[in-house]
Amino acid sequence: MSKQTLIPIGPYHPLQEEPELFKLYCEGEIVKDIKWETGYNHRGIEKLSEKKSYDEVFFLVERICGICSTSHPFAFANSVEEIINVEITNRAKYIRSIIGELERIHSHLLWVGLAGHFLGYNTVFMWAWKYREPVLDLFEMIAGNRNNYAMFKIGGVRRDIEKAKIPAIQEVLALVKKKTDLLVGAVTDDPVFHARTKGVGVLTREDIVNFAAVGPTARASGVDIDIRRDDPYAAYPLVNWKVITSEAGDVFAKAEVRLLEMYESISIIEQCLEGLKREKEGDIDVKVKHIPEGYGIGRAEAPRGEVFHFVVSDGSNSPARHKIRAPSYTNIATFKKSCVGQSISDATITLAAVDPCYCCTERLAVAIDRNNGQRIMNAKEIIEHSTQITNRLLNNE
Amino acid sequence: METYLFYFLIYPGFLFAAVIGAFLSWFDRKITARVQFRKGPPLLQPFYDFFKLLLVKETILPARGAKGVFLAAPVFAVFGATMAGVFILLPLMNITTGFHGDLIVIFYLLTIPSLTYVIGALSSGNPLAAVGASREMKLIMSYELTFLLVMAGIIIKSGQSIDLYQIIQIQREGSPFIGSFSGVLLFIVAIFCLQAKLALVPFDMPEAETEICDGIFIEYSGTPYAMIRLSKYMLFFILPAFIIAILMNGIKLEGIHILWAILKLLAVVLLLTLIRNTNPRVKIKQAIRFFFTWMNLLAIIAIVLAIFGL
Repeated sequence: MSKQTLIPIGPYHPLQEEPELFKLYCEGEIVKDIKWETGYNHRGIEKLSEKKSYDEVFFLVERICGICSTSHPFAFANSVEEIINVEITNRAKYIRSIIGELERIHSHLLWVGLAGHFLGYNTVFMWAWKYREPVLDLFEMIAGNRNNYAMFKIGGVRRDIEKAKIPAIQEVLALVKKKTDLLVGAVTDDPVFHARTKGVGVLTREDIVNFAAVGPTARASGVDIDIRRDDPYAAYPLVNWKVITSEAGDVFAKAEVRLLEMYESISIIEQCLEGLKREKEGDIDVKVKHIPEGYGIGRAEAPRGEVFHFVVSDGSNSPARHKIRAPSYTNIATFKKSCVGQSISDATITLAAVDPCYCCTERLAVAIDRNNGQRIMNAKEIIEHSTQITNRLLNNE
Repeated sequence: METYLFYFLIYPGFLFAAVIGAFLSWFDRKITARVQFRKGPPLLQPFYDFFKLLLVKETILPARGAKGVFLAAPVFAVFGATMAGVFILLPLMNITTGFHGDLIVIFYLLTIPSLTYVIGALSSGNPLAAVGASREMKLIMSYELTFLLVMAGIIIKSGQSIDLYQIIQIQREGSPFIGSFSGVLLFIVAIFCLQAKLALVPFDMPEAETEICDGIFIEYSGTPYAMIRLSKYMLFFILPAFIIAILMNGIKLEGIHILWAILKLLAVVLLLTLIRNTNPRVKIKQAIRFFFTWMNLLAIIAIVLAIFGL
């Protein structure tokens, strides 16, 4: 019998409570083909960014993603600082790296919990999220917010991490390290977990290259890429750490890479805290008066992979063009390879294994006039419009 | 006639099994919550859930489904669970039915709820329900043989008796079957069968919320879903009660023995709860392999040991 059934995952589905639709074309339990639709949630961030001043753009891009909310400001800061060609102080570098790595820890803990939940292992879900809480509390102590920390600005950071706060951070890190041991034990010692994840959703090195996948998804298939090392920024060249890779390319390898990366993040933060003690307190930013004409590329390693920001400046106080590419955008494409041929049970955990983040991926907009509700521009027209602007700028140069 | 109606409707049948089952499901949820650092629901939560579904929530019928079968399936599920409950609980409460051979009937009656779930799911016309139903069918086929082997072991241990009342009496005169080596093996196998029959993790793939959105029950809402919940509550009581009857000496409802009865029941439910909280869900293929090879092997070893009187 070759009749195919369409098993929809999304737009409303308990697997990922986010706006996406995966169409699994199944014969029996085996997925024969997969198609997906994203674009349920267009927000027009890139267009909005052109209307805001550089300082405001930080708050905007921070809200692209609720989980990795510092990776976008990180990449944006990198790109604008490339335009100005400014070197920020060491203290600011350390603080940036601390924020980035704390975020990686809480994002990976979140993923481990979700992966457990998707496998029906709700105990891991609740435990991982319980131990994520102290990290969020730490953010509240440092930045005043559990999410959307508003720590970054052009030329440095907004808030200092004073000496008095360092012991509290170290305490939480020690706790997280202990609990990571526990989670690693729960994941690697459980034979049922092995049976569910080993050999599932395998991506080879060639697949990663062909789909241009990034982040832990690529590193789990033995592709040794990490923006923190390949295109050094912030304090990453100043501390000792290594890129975690695994060869297998299956869901288990992805879990392994993420769990081991948490140890690296803890080590990076500890070294950055030592670095902070050496630097003068309060020396956290360089005053920037004017942003010259030009363009800058900023990259940052988000918990899910490479975040790419491209900013064109026309010398005014807001970006003339701002292009963002989030890691999930490329990682989602690997489903075409990793899900086909699997059973539905395996396909669902494979879908979750790249830790897709739809709010990062979907940023285009249908602009609607607030007064009369009429549509001003759709996604296509906005792209055309932005292409025109870019062309105009390039021709002027 | 009145006595039988009383047995069927109130004690120890429908009402009694449902109420005790609801409390046991609260116990399961509370323990789960405590394991996961949550507070857990209040004592009466299963009743709130049930009455909200029964009285408040609207019933939505699938437009393309076979509505008659879809609505009849939950009723039969409750009916099957009640019948199985009566046959299991009467001997357990020391009331003999005088029916020799009820073990076979119980075996068939315990299959009815699962089968009606499959029929209800297939009549709903939902693709996710169809996937769930096919998984449930595969699951039934894999654990039923094992469950039958457990019963065979019990029959051999009790000296060729297929009367549940007699099996309990034999254990009372001698020692409970779980006290022997083969009894322990049969208990382990039976617990895994229960886990699959109750569709708890690691064998909850027919429902599998994060894969197929509760699969077989996806189209159920309102009163029919309340019926399904009711049958689940009842199974949550009568299946552990069945284990207690065939392996753990049954229960006595007098004096200090009431406490023992409650402890035995809670111990079995606690075991089920802990298994479901320390394992991820397995795939249907793995479940079939697990029951066909390992559990059947274990059950056969237990039977061989039982033949030699161990």
